Amino acid sequence: MRALAALIGKDIVLYFGNRRALLVTLAAPILIAAFFGSVLGGAPRKPTRIPVAVVDLDASPVSKSIVAAMKTDSAFDLREVGEPEAVKLVREGHVRAAAVIPAGFGRAAPRALFRPGAKKPEIVVHYDPSQSTALPLVSGLLARHVMTGVGRALFTAQAGLPSFADLKRDVAASTTLDDAAKRDLAALFDSVERLQARGGLRAAGDAAGELPGFSMPFETRQAEVTGRVDRRYNAYAHSFAGMGVQFVLFMGIEMGVGLLLMRRMDLWKRLRAAPVSRALLLGSRIASGTLIAVALLAGIYAAAILFFGVRVDGSVAGFAAVAFAFALLTSTFGLLIAALGRTPEATRGLAILATLLLVMLGGAWVPTFVFPDWLQRATAWVPTRWAIDGLEAMTWRGQGLEAAWMPVAAMLACSAVFAAIAIRRFAWEE
Amino acid sequence: MLVATDLWKSYGTKAAVAGVSLAVEKGEIVGLLGPNGAGKSTTVAMLCGLAGPDRGSVTIGGEPVGGEASPAKRRIGLVTQEVSLFEDLGAQANLELFGALYGLEGAALRERAGAALALVGLAEHAKAKPAAFSGGMKRRLNIACALVHDPDVLLLDEPTVGVDPQSRNAIFRNLETLRARGKALVYTTHYMEEAERLCDRIVIMDHGRVIASGDRAALRRLVPAPGARRLEIEGDLDDALLAMLAARGVTVRGTGATLEDVFLHLTGRALRD
Repeated sequence: MRALAALIGKDIVLYFGNRRALLVTLAAPILIAAFFGSVLGGAPRKPTRIPVAVVDLDASPVSKSIVAAMKTDSAFDLREVGEPEAVKLVREGHVRAAAVIPAGFGRAAPRALFRPGAKKPEIVVHYDPSQSTALPLVSGLLARHVMTGVGRALFTAQAGLPSFADLKRDVAASTTLDDAAKRDLAALFDSVERLQARGGLRAAGDAAGELPGFSMPFETRQAEVTGRVDRRYNAYAHSFAGMGVQFVLFMGIEMGVGLLLMRRMDLWKRLRAAPVSRALLLGSRIASGTLIAVALLAGIYAAAILFFGVRVDGSVAGFAAVAFAFALLTSTFGLLIAALGRTPEATRGLAILATLLLVMLGGAWVPTFVFPDWLQRATAWVPTRWAIDGLEAMTWRGQGLEAAWMPVAAMLACSAVFAAIAIRRFAWEE
Repeated sequence: MLVATDLWKSYGTKAAVAGVSLAVEKGEIVGLLGPNGAGKSTTVAMLCGLAGPDRGSVTIGGEPVGGEASPAKRRIGLVTQEVSLFEDLGAQANLELFGALYGLEGAALRERAGAALALVGLAEHAKAKPAAFSGGMKRRLNIACALVHDPDVLLLDEPTVGVDPQSRNAIFRNLETLRARGKALVYTTHYMEEAERLCDRIVIMDHGRVIASGDRAALRRLVPAPGARRLEIEGDLDDALLAMLAARGVTVRGTGATLEDVFLHLTGRALRD
């Protein structure tokens, strides 16, 4: 036991005495996770407003009401500008999209509302192709405001709208409507006209603090599903899991390459010359690598908890179990590198490539749900995915200990395979 | 003290060592010489238990060396050809680590580490890290690490490669001290003058076999000198007399054959890979 403790202690002292190694495996993941976390949404806060421009070439009551509604919409960070300026803002990436309400929109839109097949006024949406994911959102919100604005205009007799006589004439001239539909629409126009004439609906709407007209027949309320009812999603929880896994694996590479360097320097020969078994020498390496990995994960998550609001909302014991299993996985990965590698230089390069592939497929950079289905299924065989899923389950997903067993079992099984291959392939005699 | 009997070791179809036997007594330094690929390193690896022989045996004081955790390995110290130190651990910490591997602990470990440092003249550098040491200091600490557990047998694999004359001299003094304390030493080197100065007996290997062994005088006698006559001259050989002998085709040597002469005679002058 004395020899085992001495070997483990030596590895730990050497690792934590190496400033470069600490910089790479402790400071770097914290900094990069902070960056990725902030990019992905950061700590809980109000949703980000989408920068959008609007151009009102119509300047009618209808178009003005649409612009006014967009300005009060918390989803938009709206700028009302001229068309050239709007296109320039999109091109320079200052806004995601720019909607241009054409001249005559206020007259044409209500007529198009009741005439299927009639030519509709066209709202052009200029958009930034690099931000095209925002386009459906902008289009949806725009449709809502246009429908509300046009409907409201119809019921409040705003100036500039077509008269009901014009509307009835359009309907009567329609070749696509049958006689019954024409009669019903004419009756509808008469009813609305009487309402406008009385002004009663406007008065009732004003009294209730609302304007009459069409409006969306429903509202949505977003409810985040996180670990706790009172907790909001923290994007740092994902970025710290991903970067923690990546950089702790880098530590595993350093441990493996360190063993190759020890062989080159005859240090391994000197250790083997002592009356200690192969199991003790390799076991001490696995133990020290595991302890160092646990310490690094603890440091990384301490920073995440203290400075970025990440919380272990699930089982603390489960979090510890996942962290330990991943640390063991890292350590055996390092031993595998030492067993399969030839020169430290070539081995380091290949091992970094393998690690980057592992963490990429594990969802450390982008969540696995953006992967194609086949890739999502395939990554079930990638141990880093279990590590990241396990850490996320125990942090922001707030799952219990039972959710930790599967990731832990997968990583322990993988560790056993790595260790078995490493011990089998390890060249014991130089 | 150290007895190796009929050691054989092959790698694939190539026999690296073929029937080597040697013995080293207490208080004796035996030099192990041979060209590259002669089988010296493999022999040393078998002597210290790093490699198991295909055939034959090694014993230390009658105790067989065999297996990874063989207790007999506690009686052996190995000085590797490369400086094998943890450069970012202090000198004392290096010694305590290697001492711990041989079962030392507590006050005994610290005492032995201090004694080993003192022997190689590095007591004042106990806290310093080898990374800051000169090449000679590293070599001396390398030897101290092999001595920390007070072994009966010390195996040294070219321990003076790349050191300055002062450090080499200091290392020689350390080894002579160890011989005086009754340690058995096996010294592998390519430097003939080192073997001549240090070794009580010399074993010359080539192609995995021992091709000669004995003390310096016995080895010198192995070099044939056809036509030579041994003369003992009293008084000075002045330049005029030497010139006259040279003019008559007589070669005059001040001493007998050097160890290098013997080595080259036995192993040939062809370059080895």
